Amino acid sequence: MVLVLALGDLHIPHRAADLPPKFKSMLVPGKIQHIICTGNLCIKEVHDYLKSLCPDMHITRGEYDEDARYPETKTLTIGQFKLGLCHGHQVVPWGDLDSLAMLQRQLDVDILVTGHTHQFKAYKHEGGVVINPGSATGAYSSITYDVNPSFVLMDIDALRVVVYVYELIDGEVKVDKIDFKKTATSQSAH
Amino acid sequence: MVSEGIEDEEKWLAEGIAGLQHNAFYMHRALDSNNLRDALKYSAQMLSELRTSRLSPHKYYELYMRAFDELRKLEMFFKEETKRGCTIIDLYELVQHAGNILPRLYLLCTVGSVYIRSKEAPAKDVLKDLVEMCRGIQHPVRGLFLRSYLSQVSRDKLPDIGSEYEGDADTVMDAVEFVLQNFTEMNKLWVRMQHQGPVREKEKREKERSELRDLVGKNLHVLSQIEGVDLELYKETVLPRVLEQVVNCKDEIAQFYLMDCIIQVFPDEYHLQTLETLLGACPQLQPTVDIKTVLSQLMERLSNYAASSAEVLPEFLQVEAFAKLSNAIGKVIEAQVDMPVVGSIGLYVSLLTFTLRVHPDRLDYVDQVLGACVKKLSGKAKLEDSRGTKQIVALLSAPLEKYNDIGIALKLSNYPRVMDHLDSGTNKVMAVVIIQSIMKNNTCISTADKAEALFELIKGLIKDLDGTPVDEDISFFCFSLMRRIFKEEQSSVARLIHMLHNDDPEEMLKIICVVRKHILAGGPTRLAFTVPPLIFCALKLVRRLQGQDGDVDGEETSATPKKIFQLLHQTIEALLSVPAPELALRLYLQCAEAANDCDLEPVAYEFFTQAFILYEEEVADSKAQVTAIHLIIGTLQRMNVFGVENRDTLTHKSTGYSAKLLKKPDQCKAVYACSHLFWVDDQDGVKDGERVLLCLKRALRIANAAQQMANVTRGSSGPVTLFVEILNKYLYFFEKGNPQITSAAIQGLVELITTEMQSDTTTPDPSADAFFSSTLRYIQFQKQKGGAMGEKYESIKV
Repeated sequence: MVLVLALGDLHIPHRAADLPPKFKSMLVPGKIQHIICTGNLCIKEVHDYLKSLCPDMHITRGEYDEDARYPETKTLTIGQFKLGLCHGHQVVPWGDLDSLAMLQRQLDVDILVTGHTHQFKAYKHEGGVVINPGSATGAYSSITYDVNPSFVLMDIDALRVVVYVYELIDGEVKVDKIDFKKTATSQSAH
Repeated sequence: MVSEGIEDEEKWLAEGIAGLQHNAFYMHRALDSNNLRDALKYSAQMLSELRTSRLSPHKYYELYMRAFDELRKLEMFFKEETKRGCTIIDLYELVQHAGNILPRLYLLCTVGSVYIRSKEAPAKDVLKDLVEMCRGIQHPVRGLFLRSYLSQVSRDKLPDIGSEYEGDADTVMDAVEFVLQNFTEMNKLWVRMQHQGPVREKEKREKERSELRDLVGKNLHVLSQIEGVDLELYKETVLPRVLEQVVNCKDEIAQFYLMDCIIQVFPDEYHLQTLETLLGACPQLQPTVDIKTVLSQLMERLSNYAASSAEVLPEFLQVEAFAKLSNAIGKVIEAQVDMPVVGSIGLYVSLLTFTLRVHPDRLDYVDQVLGACVKKLSGKAKLEDSRGTKQIVALLSAPLEKYNDIGIALKLSNYPRVMDHLDSGTNKVMAVVIIQSIMKNNTCISTADKAEALFELIKGLIKDLDGTPVDEDISFFCFSLMRRIFKEEQSSVARLIHMLHNDDPEEMLKIICVVRKHILAGGPTRLAFTVPPLIFCALKLVRRLQGQDGDVDGEETSATPKKIFQLLHQTIEALLSVPAPELALRLYLQCAEAANDCDLEPVAYEFFTQAFILYEEEVADSKAQVTAIHLIIGTLQRMNVFGVENRDTLTHKSTGYSAKLLKKPDQCKAVYACSHLFWVDDQDGVKDGERVLLCLKRALRIANAAQQMANVTRGSSGPVTLFVEILNKYLYFFEKGNPQITSAAIQGLVELITTEMQSDTTTPDPSADAFFSSTLRYIQFQKQKGGAMGEKYESIKV
């Protein structure tokens, strides 16, 4: 069992002062094995904060990130799953599932994690999964109105991944659970 | 020499103890055989050892304690002797025959103790007699120990209220009188010690004196233990007499110690009721006395007393404790001209702590303390001394910590004035502390006035203050460190901007204007940090106003999207001085989209124009161009406000710039992304199948050109990934029902890619292979889906 924290579009300090305190108290060091961050942190202090939660961190570059060394896309393997990471502003139309599916095929991954729209989404698609963890700070977005702060925890265990979505709605943290199993067809493809 | 001195002293002490023990031995024999004459003779000889002047107070104490133990036994003997018929009066006379004065007085005190107990004479007479007789010893150390002995043996025999020695003739006044007199005499001896011996041994003497201070202080302790010393007596007699001695002795060590002693031994409520008297003594003390510590102790005790129970608070108000303390501090600072600034600020810190704990509701008091501090600091250069600045930071942090609300600090008129006295470095530190306090408490700054006051307060972070030293000759390390600190400071300002909020759009706009005014004064180095949060604050306001037409309410409303967009325009423009064209371009696009949502076509067009101008003139880096063009395409794709003409201009520009990117693969990707500008998958979206196809064909031509270029330069064709990407775009529009995208074209593309991949000249690329096979798998997947989609895919063979 591996816990992966997926989050992005914090936009600190451009669009938000900080992560919601309720999220901060939930995110404690030592519980998470990997962090995948879609980008737009935007400053080093946020990078350092995430690093303090878990040193194994994977970040792609958002259009507002000051650190130019983050790559545009990244792939990594956790357990039986191949994960792809991209901020998403490169994929036009923004947030379009069919276009993201193309990126998923291109990166050849089971789970594609992207951001940019500030709206939580999780689709099962062609035996794979496309996830957008939303904005961890609930930052303003030109694409999505009334953004709620959200992030995703993935519990990866053999061929199964359970996606927990944490969303802050009116000051309360709401948790949703989505279960995905890797199908035999997509498995045989690798 | 020193070690020799210590060895000598050890020797003298040993000799003294030996002599003492020798005589004590004979004294015991006399006591055992009830021989009064011998007992007196040997005890007097034993006590003669205390006549030495060679021992330091520390060693003398050791000798004294041994004699003290022996005198207990003698006292018992005297007591029994009176039972055997010898009258106490006879004994009192008899001991006075001892040859030397010091042994005589020790014996007299011992008998005196028995005398009082016998009640054959009023206690007050015996006590008065003893305390007078002790004047006979004027050597400081010997005198102090003798009087200490007197104090010790008389403690349980004072005519206190409820004591068996209280009677018609003996009142508590007599007890107080006796202790006060003994205290006065002891203090005189103690002070005189300072003036004996050579000047070069001053330090040693001060050390010795401090070893003896508790002998003097003990008297104050005894006074505090007397039951009969009630507030009245303390106020009328005890305190004035003690203070008189303290002030008059004019000795720095004694004054500091005794003031502290008074504060520690007497009850808090007495202090509260006699504040005026106690504080009145402070300015009269020697200028070198550390009065700051004394007053701090007093205020600390009173604060704790106030915190102990809510019931005592009215007392504080009744005696006007704050006014008195404040007044006293003012006088002390005035009187002690040489007191360093750090000392006086320390006093204000203590007073402020007192005020915050005792009168948390009295902001005027808090402001008064700060005001007094400003007065003290005014006319002086900015504080450079680090202890002083630390004290000011403590002074300014205290109200923040107490109230957890910056709103309170903003009400204090003297708060910013104190801050003005900090050097620029500490000023910034304090400004960051203020911001952190706001963050920690999640304080919302809700009016333009508050925002104005706050930004004025933290102006050290907002702009370069006059006279900020610019060190030209700083090392690289130093520079990068300063750069990091600067970034952190500016980030905290950026975060702060999000704490400004009012639900009323009019007020919110005022707040934004205030912040804008301040941050635009910050100069190019700060703008890149402070402009974006302001822009997004304004965009949030636009979104709130969106839908409600600004003109409906008539001319009065100023908070209209149009007005805010003007403001946004001018604010982003300021970024050009940084220069930060990439950031400005992104912000223009954000505004364009917001204008789109507000249905303001000309505004949106203007923002787009600005973005394009920046792209053309300022964004030179090829990688930055790639990101910028994708942001432009992504934004434009979402715009629905434009009429045909404007839209054509902008899409034309976008495709043009896409095809002009430096690297062929980047060109190709941008061009196929442009295909989405002509096909928006909405109900009323543009659906220009032909132009989509043109884009894709153009992308194919570029992909071909990229292949050929790779052939020429590397001798092998480049990866076929671009073709697979374009194939995927074909599939996309095929599924969306674009009639221009035919299954035959897709079939052709699939075959082309298959051939390319099998070609000998193609560089093997596993990721392209995987991409292609997952694309083919997708086609397969769609074919098997059945229904309309399956039918559509029917004719494609893979």
